[in-house]
Amino acid sequence: MLEALRAVLVAPVADMAGAPAFLMEVLIGGVFAGLMYSLVALGFVLIFKASGVFNFAQGVMVLFAALTLVGLMERGVPVAAALLLTVAVMVALAFGIERVVLRPLVNQEHIILFMATIGLTFFLEGFGEMLWGSSVKKLDVGIPDTSFKVAGVLINRLELTAAVTAAVLVAVLAVFFQRTRIGRALRAVADDHEAALSLGIPLKTIWVIVWAVAGLVAIVAGIMWGAKSGVQFSLSLIALKALPVLILGGLTSVPGAIAGGLIIGVGEKVAEVYWGPLVGGAIENWFAYVVALAVLLVRPQGLLGEKIIERV
Amino acid sequence: MTAVDAAGPLLEVDGVSVRFGALVALQRVSLEVQPGEILAIIGPNGAGKTTLLNVISGFYHPYEGRLRFRGRDRTHLGPADVAALGIARTFQNVALFKGMTVLDNIMTGRVLRMRSHFLLDAVWVGPARREELAHRAFVERIIDFLEIEAIRKTPAGRLPYGLQKRVELGRALAAEPALLLLDEPMAGMNVEEKQDMCRFILDVNEEFGTTIALIEHDMSVVMDIADRVVVLDYGRKIADGPPDTVRKDQAVIDAYLGLPHA
Repeated sequence: MLEALRAVLVAPVADMAGAPAFLMEVLIGGVFAGLMYSLVALGFVLIFKASGVFNFAQGVMVLFAALTLVGLMERGVPVAAALLLTVAVMVALAFGIERVVLRPLVNQEHIILFMATIGLTFFLEGFGEMLWGSSVKKLDVGIPDTSFKVAGVLINRLELTAAVTAAVLVAVLAVFFQRTRIGRALRAVADDHEAALSLGIPLKTIWVIVWAVAGLVAIVAGIMWGAKSGVQFSLSLIALKALPVLILGGLTSVPGAIAGGLIIGVGEKVAEVYWGPLVGGAIENWFAYVVALAVLLVRPQGLLGEKIIERV
Repeated sequence: MTAVDAAGPLLEVDGVSVRFGALVALQRVSLEVQPGEILAIIGPNGAGKTTLLNVISGFYHPYEGRLRFRGRDRTHLGPADVAALGIARTFQNVALFKGMTVLDNIMTGRVLRMRSHFLLDAVWVGPARREELAHRAFVERIIDFLEIEAIRKTPAGRLPYGLQKRVELGRALAAEPALLLLDEPMAGMNVEEKQDMCRFILDVNEEFGTTIALIEHDMSVVMDIADRVVVLDYGRKIADGPPDTVRKDQAVIDAYLGLPHA
């Protein structure tokens, strides 16, 4: 009994203290992974805030963006041009979604809009594969997947670039949506469609902006994850990893998405490395979901989400 | 504040009917709102008052009949376009943005008055910044006017009901409307709050020259502040005139005393 307690509580901490440089590497790896989760989670939060819709298609948008980019590059389009074209495609997609999916469903129940995004998922998946094929593609963004050492700590160049890009994007979006007029209009629309309309806030424009921004976030996430693990169908499954991040951070909070991503990223890496051997590993696969479950029990609105007050 | 075409009524509702399935909520209702007046729309529960307000503000569309604002037909405009014409409204059950502060709530009322491009706005420079500050100053004047300085930074959802109604009025005023629609501005208020609200409504009308159409249940309030009263009953207009005349109207008395409808 005492032996078991020692193995769970004392030994891992001793391991951490024994090799601080290695602990640093684990933590940095966790922060990198966490920022990437935040990036995907952010796409969900933006759309949820503006329309109260949980966008099931966010993961597939990541896949679609990456497929489009790689597809264009394979056909000999230079990187910069391919990137611009991909941006154009995602913005066009936002206009299309507003016109074909959202506009006919204004003032419908949220569950109906949610179902519509499931439909959108299947459409984008099929459409993407029809256009660009279903084989695994390699995405080379020109940053070598090699490491360098800082004060005895190994850092991967690709992961560092990805993390910095994600951090900058997350910061810019947070400022954009918290501090500007668009942000205010967006929060207004999310709070009350009718009241927002009565003030002359154009619902359609707001939706196009939000879906376009979610599309841009999807491009960045697609490039980062695609460069790491290749562009293939499983890319759309990272959306599943964003789910616990959202539950932890709160569906309505941009800072929450960032904090949630970091906590999950660091938490699962540390748990895997130091406690993994005790249960035979693979903690990384379920850690996030257990955390999400625990948060749901104690604080259903998440760490930074708006408190759910309902009159009954 | 707003130049009004002196020749005709500000708003004309012409033979408007609204149906929800088999239910006829409004039946060939016609009325005019004259520039500068306070018009009260009264009637028993279910008379179609809120439906009428929803038609005017573009949330419902009439099944027959027409609406004209400043002489122009605008029967088919949606709510955002109606707002752009200069018609602001409040809601019966208060539709504030609950998570936002009082200040931000009233700032959203300025949306239509903001001109700078949102991309400039995003980087918070030059004209966008000056504009935001000018709007902020205007909103502070409204906050002074409504005597809600103390709660500027409070999230709207935490305020007591009476104050929420006042903030909602402020948000509508921020749009500098030519026509202000108030759906039961005094519902659920105590006597003191009602008196405050009456004073604000009269002041808005006098100081800014804003035309006001309001729905109200409290007859003493209506008789005090309205220039003209329109009475609805079962979706039809049964009276239209100055408060004193309407009060003595037999059809109105019957409707309120609950004479059995044959």
